[in-house]
Amino acid sequence: MRTVAVVGASLAGLSAARSLRKQGYDGRLVVIGDEPHRPYDRPPLSKEFLAGDLGEADLVLETDGEDLRAEWLLGIRATGLDRTERAVRLADGREIRADGFVIATGAAARQLPGSDGLAGVHVLRTLDDARTLRDELARGGRLVVIGGGFIGAEVASTAHALGLDVTVVEAAPTPLAGPLGQAMGSIVSALHTDHGVRLLCGVGVKGLSGERKVDAVLLEDGRSIPADIVVVGVGARPCVEWLEGSGVALDDGVKCGADGRTSLAGVVAVGDCASWYDPRAGHHRRVEHWTGAQERPAAAVATLLAGGAVEPGVPRPPYFWSDQYGVKIQFAGHAAGADSVTVEEGAPDDRNVLAVYRRAGRPVAVLGMNQPRLFTRWRKQLAAATA
Amino acid sequence: MMIPACRLADLPRGEAFRLDVDPPVSVFHTDDGEVFAIDDTCTHQDASLADGWLEGCEVECPLHASKFDLRTGSVDAPPAKLPVRTHEVLVEDGMIYVRVSTDAPNLPPCVAARLAGGPA
Repeated sequence: MRTVAVVGASLAGLSAARSLRKQGYDGRLVVIGDEPHRPYDRPPLSKEFLAGDLGEADLVLETDGEDLRAEWLLGIRATGLDRTERAVRLADGREIRADGFVIATGAAARQLPGSDGLAGVHVLRTLDDARTLRDELARGGRLVVIGGGFIGAEVASTAHALGLDVTVVEAAPTPLAGPLGQAMGSIVSALHTDHGVRLLCGVGVKGLSGERKVDAVLLEDGRSIPADIVVVGVGARPCVEWLEGSGVALDDGVKCGADGRTSLAGVVAVGDCASWYDPRAGHHRRVEHWTGAQERPAAAVATLLAGGAVEPGVPRPPYFWSDQYGVKIQFAGHAAGADSVTVEEGAPDDRNVLAVYRRAGRPVAVLGMNQPRLFTRWRKQLAAATA
Repeated sequence: MMIPACRLADLPRGEAFRLDVDPPVSVFHTDDGEVFAIDDTCTHQDASLADGWLEGCEVECPLHASKFDLRTGSVDAPPAKLPVRTHEVLVEDGMIYVRVSTDAPNLPPCVAARLAGGPA
């Protein structure tokens, strides 16, 4: 293999480039990113960066003096993958021919229909999004967050600490019920009301009002919530449109084996755009976790370099964290399919909990709120139990 | 200065002991029976590595995913970028002693500010 193109220059793309060099790949390495920035870390964008506690230099993922001997093509979008020419087509008309491809194009924030061109309405996904939102939050006012998921909750928590008047609107009856289940979703999302942030659940958003600038969020039950700033946190969709017609099988992202291989030889996919086969669950799953973007590229790169001749190992159960209102929230495994949840330590009323999800008596997931030590123990047990 | 940490017999393999010096130091007893001491605080954010996932000669930060090599202090992957200090360990008469390094520690920004007497 003489040329590898990594398409996507955030954590998953950088981890892939690092894995290539670490695994002995010595050829030409091209990294293509549609944002103009060097690889940067996203978790602080809704927390320390948004609060002004970390600056842009703190987000840089590469270490001082790190040299991957890569050609970086930044600020340019990939528009197609030509399987016959074995080339990535770029928006400026260039083509990058390569023997191996790593697809790491991530996901894009879902927008609220009809919010185009209305000032004061934000999504939070990229550094540029975060800069704009940070400057606007610094001016204060009334913030309405649409979506009570993790991004929405972190933004609400950060904005509350900055002194804004915050309301969170969630369409589902219980926020976070998808990732955490009803019982724990309700305990974690109670952090909002604990801190005086209004949480409106079970009501959809009909639209936004305002001339050039948003002035209210209109709910389906007829209420109108005044707003100076609106953040839309309603999930993300995988950035894979550019692969349509390429022969790479797509199904809620790039459909991959348990080792990152796609339907095309010499093409692997990693990160938020990739739907890997999960041998534990017996189906494909797209996991938008930072840890997956960091850990899985090593396996995908091994697959790419070996021409698919390596046995995929069983990855650790998915893990993510969140920080809200000063509480560290950690979760590993899959809550879906659990038939019981028990609090093993701490008290839900104190928002200090170690909870274990089980199916037929076997642990399938674990949640921690301010319990890092116990969480690590359970996370290890979970990995051993489901290996 | 050699600081007594704990008795070797009280630290099972696979476990860590946090020594409350400033900044704190952690002593790890690996599954292979070796004993190492490194700075306890992850260089990325305030987290105790003694609470982390110990595997072989590496400990993973309990919050995020960076792993530190107990032998060298080096870090393998983001979000941490700087190594932790390693400290000399001596086991004598069943007691573990640590000689704390005189190098400057790599502390995360919030902890460094607190130690310097600034706002936490």
